[in-house]
Amino acid sequence: MELLAVDAAPNPWFDPSYVTSNWDTIMGHLGEHVRLTVGAVVLGSLLALPLAVLARRSRWLAGPVLGLSTLVYTIPSLAMFAFVAPITGLTTTTVLIGLVLYSLVVLVRNFLAGLQAVPADVREAARGMGYGSGRLFWQVELPLAVPAFMAGLRIATVSTVALVTVGVIVGHGGLGQLITGGFNANFYRAPIVTGALGCVLLALLADLLLAGAERLLTPWTRRAAT
Amino acid sequence: MDETGRDVNRFEEAYRYLNDPFNWTRPGGIADLLVEHLRISAVAVLVAMLVALPVGAVLGHTGRGGGFTVALSNVSRAVPTLALLTLFAVSPIGFGPTATTIALAVFAVPPILTNTYVGFRSVDRDVVEASRAMGMQGRQVLLRAELPLAAPLVMTGVRTAAVQVVATATLAALVAGGGLGRIITLGFAQQNDGTVIAGAVLVAVLAVLTELLLVAVTWAVVPGEKRLPFLRARRADPVPEPTSSGVPL
Repeated sequence: MELLAVDAAPNPWFDPSYVTSNWDTIMGHLGEHVRLTVGAVVLGSLLALPLAVLARRSRWLAGPVLGLSTLVYTIPSLAMFAFVAPITGLTTTTVLIGLVLYSLVVLVRNFLAGLQAVPADVREAARGMGYGSGRLFWQVELPLAVPAFMAGLRIATVSTVALVTVGVIVGHGGLGQLITGGFNANFYRAPIVTGALGCVLLALLADLLLAGAERLLTPWTRRAAT
Repeated sequence: MDETGRDVNRFEEAYRYLNDPFNWTRPGGIADLLVEHLRISAVAVLVAMLVALPVGAVLGHTGRGGGFTVALSNVSRAVPTLALLTLFAVSPIGFGPTATTIALAVFAVPPILTNTYVGFRSVDRDVVEASRAMGMQGRQVLLRAELPLAAPLVMTGVRTAAVQVVATATLAALVAGGGLGRIITLGFAQQNDGTVIAGAVLVAVLAVLTELLLVAVTWAVVPGEKRLPFLRARRADPVPEPTSSGVPL
C-alpha cells in the first residue's frame, strides 16, 4: 500500500504540547468566542422581551411573530452569514448579527411561552388586590415566567456557543478558527480536537452558570420542593 | 448613493447567476450539487431514523432511559456541527461523502430519539391499560395503541432532524465536502457577492421547502382529525409548539 507523507508524520488526536505552545492564540480565539456569545444572547434578550410582550398583547401579532421566527430558524447558519456578509463585510459584526437573529428566535418563543403560562387565577387575584398593569407585569408575571425565561436563555446560550464556529466563513469563528485552521493545515488533528473540546466545555460551563443564576433568581421553587 | 447602487448590483448578479441555465446544468453545477446535497441528507436522516425510532419507542414504552435521552439531547446541542464534520473528515474514514453522511446521521439521532421517547412516554396510561384489557399483547400495544398517539411528536422529531440535516449539510463545504454550501464558499473565495447571495438563497429555499414538505407529510401520516396544516395558525391563541425537552425549539 502506498504511504503518503501525511500518514508517516505523527498526527495524534490529543497533544498537550500543542495547547501549551499555542496558548496565546487559543486564548485569543476563546476570547472572541465568549464576546460573540455574550453579545448575541444579551442583544437577543433585549430585543426578545418587548417582542414577546407585544406578541402576547395582540393575537394578530403572535401568529406572524411565531411564523417569522420559525422561518428565521429554518435558514441555515452558513446562508445567514452569507446574506449578511455582503453588507457588513468580513467582520465580527456579520457574525454577531446572524447570532442575534438565531438567539432572538429561541428567546421570543420561550419568553412568550413563559408569559402565557402565568395562571389566569393569579392574574385575576393580583388585579383584585389592586395591582395596575405595570406592577402586575413586573411583580407578578415576570417573576413567574423566570423559569421559562431561563430555560430559553440556557438553550440560546448553548446553541450560540456551537453556532459561533460557523463564523469561520468570514474569518471570525472564535474556536472554530482552530477547527478549520487545523483542517487546512494538512488535517492537523490537535487544533481540531482542542477547538471542538473547547466549544463543548465552554457551552457546559455557560449552562452551569445560568443554572446557578436560575436557582438564585427563583428561591421559591426550592422552598416549595422541600 | 454609491452604496445602494452596489447593493442592487449584487442582487442583480445573484439573479443572473441563478438565471443562467449553464450554471445549473454544467458538471459540478447547481443541479449536481443539489443532487449530492439531497442524497447525503436523505441517507443521513434514514440511517438516524433506523437507529433512533426503535430505540426511542422501546425506551418510551418501558419508561426506562429517560434521563439518558434528555442528557443526550442537551449535550448534542453543545457540540458544534462543524466540529463533528471536521472530526469525521480527519478520521481514518477520510473526507468525502461518507464522513459527511456519518456526521450528519449522528446529529440527526438526538432529536428523533428524544421526541420518540417523549411521544411514547406521554401516551395516556389509561389508554394503555384499556388496550391491555382488550387483550392486546406487548407488540400490539406498542404498534396499535401507542404508535398512533405518539405519531405527532415522532414526526416533530423527524422533521426537526431533517431540516437540521439539510441545513448542516451546507457546512460540509467548509471542510472540502460537497453539497450546495460549495457555492457559498466559492463565492467567498472569489470575493463575488453575487455568487454568495445566490448560494445563500438556494440553501435557504431548500431548507424551507424541506420544512414545508415534512409538515405536509406529517399531516398525511398522523392519524386523526384532518385539518389543513397551515390553518392551525388561525387558532385564537397561537402557542409555541412544544418539543421534547418541554421547551419550544
